[in-house]
Amino acid sequence: MKKTVVKICMGTTCFVMGASELQELEEIIPKKFGNSVDIQGVTCLDYCSSCSEAQAPYVLVDDEVINKATIEKVMEAIERKLNNGQE
Amino acid sequence: MDKNNQATHLKKEILVKTIKAFLSDNFEENTRLIPFEMRPKGHEVPYRCCIYKEREILRNRIIATLGFPIEGSDERVLLSNYAKEAQKREKPDEQTLTVLESACKGCVPNRIFVTDLCQGCVARPCIENCKFGAISIVNGKSQIDSSKCKNCTKCIQVCPYHAIVKIVVPCENACPVDAISKDEQGHARIDFEKCITCGKCVSSCPFGAIHEKSQIIDILTRIKQGKKVVAMIAPSIVGQLPCTIYQLKTALLKCGFYDVLEVAQGADVTALNEAEEFRERIENGQKFMTTSCCAGYNNLVDKHLGEIAPFRSETKTPAYYIAQICKEKYPDAISVFISPCVAKKSEALKNDNIDYVMNYEELGALFVAHKIELSELEGTQYEVEPSREGRNFGITGGVAKSVEAADNGKSEIKPYLVNGINKESIRALKGFAKKGECEFGNLIEVMCCEGGCVGGNDCISNVRTATKAINEFTKDSKPIV
Repeated sequence: MKKTVVKICMGTTCFVMGASELQELEEIIPKKFGNSVDIQGVTCLDYCSSCSEAQAPYVLVDDEVINKATIEKVMEAIERKLNNGQE
Repeated sequence: MDKNNQATHLKKEILVKTIKAFLSDNFEENTRLIPFEMRPKGHEVPYRCCIYKEREILRNRIIATLGFPIEGSDERVLLSNYAKEAQKREKPDEQTLTVLESACKGCVPNRIFVTDLCQGCVARPCIENCKFGAISIVNGKSQIDSSKCKNCTKCIQVCPYHAIVKIVVPCENACPVDAISKDEQGHARIDFEKCITCGKCVSSCPFGAIHEKSQIIDILTRIKQGKKVVAMIAPSIVGQLPCTIYQLKTALLKCGFYDVLEVAQGADVTALNEAEEFRERIENGQKFMTTSCCAGYNNLVDKHLGEIAPFRSETKTPAYYIAQICKEKYPDAISVFISPCVAKKSEALKNDNIDYVMNYEELGALFVAHKIELSELEGTQYEVEPSREGRNFGITGGVAKSVEAADNGKSEIKPYLVNGINKESIRALKGFAKKGECEFGNLIEVMCCEGGCVGGNDCISNVRTATKAINEFTKDSKPIV
């Protein structure tokens, strides 16, 4: 099965605007989803320059961009992806 | 309240926009436009009754970000004028906090309230247990007479349906010294005679109605004027940004700072002096000593807890020593303490060697505005490498441990940690002062914020991740002795 890839932006803007909290995902995701999700901390997804810091932090779940990302929003998106994959 | 919330997000967004305006070619006009840029015509109205109120509140937040008090601000004055005046200011404002009346919800006063869950039962333990006769049955349900209720919460404890709740005003509830209360209109007001500048009201208000008066424009103006502006970074900075402290130094130099010093270097002096002072005090028969590095705690002692002053260490804070080192090295420098909390702003006002204070949120916003990608920078070394203990000052227990390490086994130190100032810990401290001893230890470390400085009201990361990052960083640093 193809893995769901979660990219958490750890660029300056995203980190300051809230991604510092998202670091906890690195522990939470493997605990909940095991090997079916791959997490990557990336330096900058570059959404902050095209959009705005107002919508940061950004997280990418496969091809879905999540703005003003929170742990809950990301977890919900992953669950949705995984459920769709099974159908 | 959790750090991760929309009120702090909004405050940081305003900081970034204000700094961007400063860095642009027309600071004054671009500042005036921020509320319109954030809430343009036709934009959704996320929080308030209408777009005009949204803009008005944003305008007030910007006034605080420019370093002015909101109390008594003039609605007729354009933001561009405030921006202009901010650049002319010689010294920061005396008071460090300000309440936005326009943003304050005017929460219902603290009280005990019977909800609709009340079943009007036969047992009626609420009535039976109320010592003040404040509860009666009205229309088949319990009702509280607020003129008789003393907020003892007994009825809450005994209700079998959990139908009775305590309604709290978050800022009043968070303040450990009753310095914030409602004015006649029901809006929050700070009594600055009582306020210890701990910043707990700032973090607790769900409407983000309490602001720090930022000194960021003063600092940026000094840099722009070509002054030698030197940054002093507090030890709790580790883990607050996606970079090492060496990359942080490079970033600050890129923003125009002249040099960067680690406050941990000052913390080493504090630890060594405090260890010596501890030995002397114990030899002279004193039963315990408290630390003295936390600005919030020092304000508490000075304003409310005079009885514990004889037990508080006379040793100065790490900020004091590093600022002294800074001014000896660069006599003509403007020194900026980079801080996890608002309390340090009150300490700086009393110390001529500290010219300004910039908090971590403001620092983060500065890098966002400058578009500096921290993780991609090369690191820059510091002239002095402080010890592991000095670098651990910002986490609860870190100060006590460093004093123990500096003492190096010469005396029997039994640390006791006050991890966060609240009504309960204030009572405990009063008790120790009265008895002249503390049954739990002889070196009392007092940190105003839970978790230590990493729990400061201006921190970007949460306590857990920040503590982890500091432990990881300091494990390879050299020991203090």
